[in-house]
Amino acid sequence: MTTAAAPTDLLYSEAEEELRSAVRALLTDRCDAKSVLDRAGTGRPHDPALWNTLAAGIGAAGLLVPEKLGGQGASHREAAVVLEELGRAVAPVPYLTSAVLATEILLGCDTAEAAPLLRELASGSTVCVPAVPLTLAPGAPLPAAVRDLGDGGLTGTVTSVADAVAADVLLVLADTGLYAVPAAAARLTPRIPLDLTRPLATVTLEAAGGTRLADAGTARAAVAGALLSGAGLLASEQLGLAEWCLTETVGHVRSRHQFNRPVGSFQALKHRLARLWLDVASARAAARAAADALATAAPDAPLTVAVAQAYCSGVAVRAAEECVQLHGGIGMTWEHPAHLYLKRAKADSLALGTAGHHRGLVADFAELPAP
Amino acid sequence: MTVITAEHLLTRVQELLAAHPPAGTDRGAFLRARFDAGLAWVHYPEGLGGLGAPRSLQVVVDAALEAAGAPDNDPRRIGIGLGMAAPTILAYGTEEQKRRFLRPLWTGEEVWCQLFSEPGAGSDLAALGTRAVRESGSGDWIVDGQKVWTSSAHTARWAILIARTDPALPKHRGITYFLCDMHDPGVEVRPLRQITGEAEFNEVFLTGVRIPDAHRLGAVGEGWAVARTTLMNERVSIGGMRIPREGGMIAPVAAAWRERPELRTHALHQRLLDLWVEAEVARLTGERLRQQLVAGQPGPEGSGMKLTFARLNQEISGLEVELLAEEGLLYDDWTMRRPDGVDFTGREAGYRYLRAKGNSIEGGTSEILLNIVAERVLGLPPEPRDDKDLAWKDLSR
Ligand SMILES: Cc1cc2nc3c(=O)[nH]c(=O)nc-3n(C[C@H](O)[C@H](O)[C@H](O)COP(=O)(O)OP(=O)(O)OC[C@H]3O[C@@H](n4cnc5c(N)ncnc54)[C@H](O)[C@@H]3O)c2cc1C
Repeated sequence: MTTAAAPTDLLYSEAEEELRSAVRALLTDRCDAKSVLDRAGTGRPHDPALWNTLAAGIGAAGLLVPEKLGGQGASHREAAVVLEELGRAVAPVPYLTSAVLATEILLGCDTAEAAPLLRELASGSTVCVPAVPLTLAPGAPLPAAVRDLGDGGLTGTVTSVADAVAADVLLVLADTGLYAVPAAAARLTPRIPLDLTRPLATVTLEAAGGTRLADAGTARAAVAGALLSGAGLLASEQLGLAEWCLTETVGHVRSRHQFNRPVGSFQALKHRLARLWLDVASARAAARAAADALATAAPDAPLTVAVAQAYCSGVAVRAAEECVQLHGGIGMTWEHPAHLYLKRAKADSLALGTAGHHRGLVADFAELPAP
Repeated sequence: MTVITAEHLLTRVQELLAAHPPAGTDRGAFLRARFDAGLAWVHYPEGLGGLGAPRSLQVVVDAALEAAGAPDNDPRRIGIGLGMAAPTILAYGTEEQKRRFLRPLWTGEEVWCQLFSEPGAGSDLAALGTRAVRESGSGDWIVDGQKVWTSSAHTARWAILIARTDPALPKHRGITYFLCDMHDPGVEVRPLRQITGEAEFNEVFLTGVRIPDAHRLGAVGEGWAVARTTLMNERVSIGGMRIPREGGMIAPVAAAWRERPELRTHALHQRLLDLWVEAEVARLTGERLRQQLVAGQPGPEGSGMKLTFARLNQEISGLEVELLAEEGLLYDDWTMRRPDGVDFTGREAGYRYLRAKGNSIEGGTSEILLNIVAERVLGLPPEPRDDKDLAWKDLSR
């Protein structure tokens, strides 16, 4: 049976709000819609200078890493705030992949071999991404595509690896354990992504050499744990994205006139936006609950994360879809940033497990079995 | 001024329990003593059932008293008094009114009802036509009119009432707010049978009802501002409830799902999970709202909770009837009763389904609340309207 939830802090602390302001100020300056669009057009969306300031300057890359390993010793609550802001700006930085997923995998390994790499990640000097499909979900079977042919020769193909083109190091889950493989030692085939701000590549390893960081059992547990954190924190990115869409749309319908009235004075639109506001307010509670459950290692964290993912994916997609629709013609243009948000929202709804997958997890945790 | 802490309050609770052991004390006497000890609503002023303590500490008191087996004041039965009349009297009442009304209101000795809606004025409440005319000699008010959908009018001792005192003014300006004695001659309550078969609400006919001026709340003609305080509290009091995970309407459906595997279908499973997730998110949203209030950052989420609960209650109870298959064709009891209050869990699925339909109508319809969210939270332009400057008597009806 489900138990009563432990007390959960669903608000933002002052320190979290300060972190938010710092990240938002940086993104306002250096990651406006126009520059994101321009970069996305080149097929190389990442902005290394922006990453450097975010990761090293603000110290956002090391939030999840303990101080003794060179990090900030903060928690998932702070990382969630960073992701809200990144979602609000559809920022093309490898935060979710490097500072959350790869970092959590390395923390989960907790081995001497992993520590130096973890320091580099925390300082923001190295970008490291897990070589797993972006769609890999917590609770799903882990892939077994990469085999160790002996002598450190890793062989196999992994599809849909997010941010691989920005990575210095790939974390490879092979049958014999977890390996750190220099990105240069792998063949990367960029694919054309739906979400222009989070590039995807096929990673092909042909007897690639790497450093072994953990044995197979440890590695698999670490990856499973990282997927849980990643899914929980993705909800905050989705929240930030949805919030931008709502705010932007409300601003637009207030100033756009048709029929001698602001279109936002028509009740059909007012009610739609009021409903969307309700959904976004609810998504905030769900995302905060997930971040807090992860930060406090609450026993019900897997359920709380599944609830957040089952809920927030849909809200982000709906917010972006409403944003396009209520902007009318300009919402369909390439120049208006709405499409970047729609593409990110839709891709996010597949990342780290679909809402349907997470509902299935809810069914397990809440003991509501399928027929 | 010293800040009152949880420890202070717990000491007071112990003193109350020592002086009035729940086992040997009459329920009414215990509740009166609790009120006098300032432990009724701790954020109210001293002498009026409170101690001027932070509102957040009420839960500490409630939990300690519940653990000690103390009787409660049956908040479900006196919800209108607690949630609406009390905060309005506190905000607008004279000292005398506060002293006269708050104590028996809180102890439940006097039940309250709300005489606002009329056959011709529901969503457009300010259009109401019930008249209150001042008698020149006595200064008393003589009230004539009809109210409708008045919950608990049959159990109520007092009512909050709004009436028109100047038909020549635009509709919002000619209204005055009164406290009406339901036992007065001229007050006639007739049960109004509803969709569930029972009569929770009533029609109320007011014929020459005499209300002394001392029972006017707020200034003459300022009743709309007072009424807005009541309405705001009405909406917030719904979002303020604290429920455990899988509490509320989702509980009986989840239980039926677990206990009756033969009822399960794949289509229902998807809907159940969707609603389970939404109910959990609504619970968290309510919890976040509560934490915001405690941290002194009142957010606009309050008006949203009523909307969310109305929709969820309706969808979940609809699913429950379907899940029950053949049993869903049956109803537990159509007897025309006049209950004390709403009882969602004491009845069966069909009752829940039908009663939940009222959740999006009572206390402001969902359409009106969406307007409020759109205009006051999102800042979208108001509906164009042409009734603002017209005298009430010249409005079309
Ligand atoms: C169970 C229950 C208990 C109640 N208890 C009490 C009570 O104790 N005391 C009391 O005073 N009242 C009570 N009411 C009355 C309740 O407050 C009114 O029914 C409610 O405010 C709606 O008014 P109406 O019924 O006149 O509907 P109307 O205002 O006639 O509305 C009809 C429809 O039109 C829609 N509508 C109206 N105006 C607009 C608009 N501007 N934009 C869009 N749509 C609009 C409404 O949403 C509704 O769907 C109770 C009602 C119920 C169902």
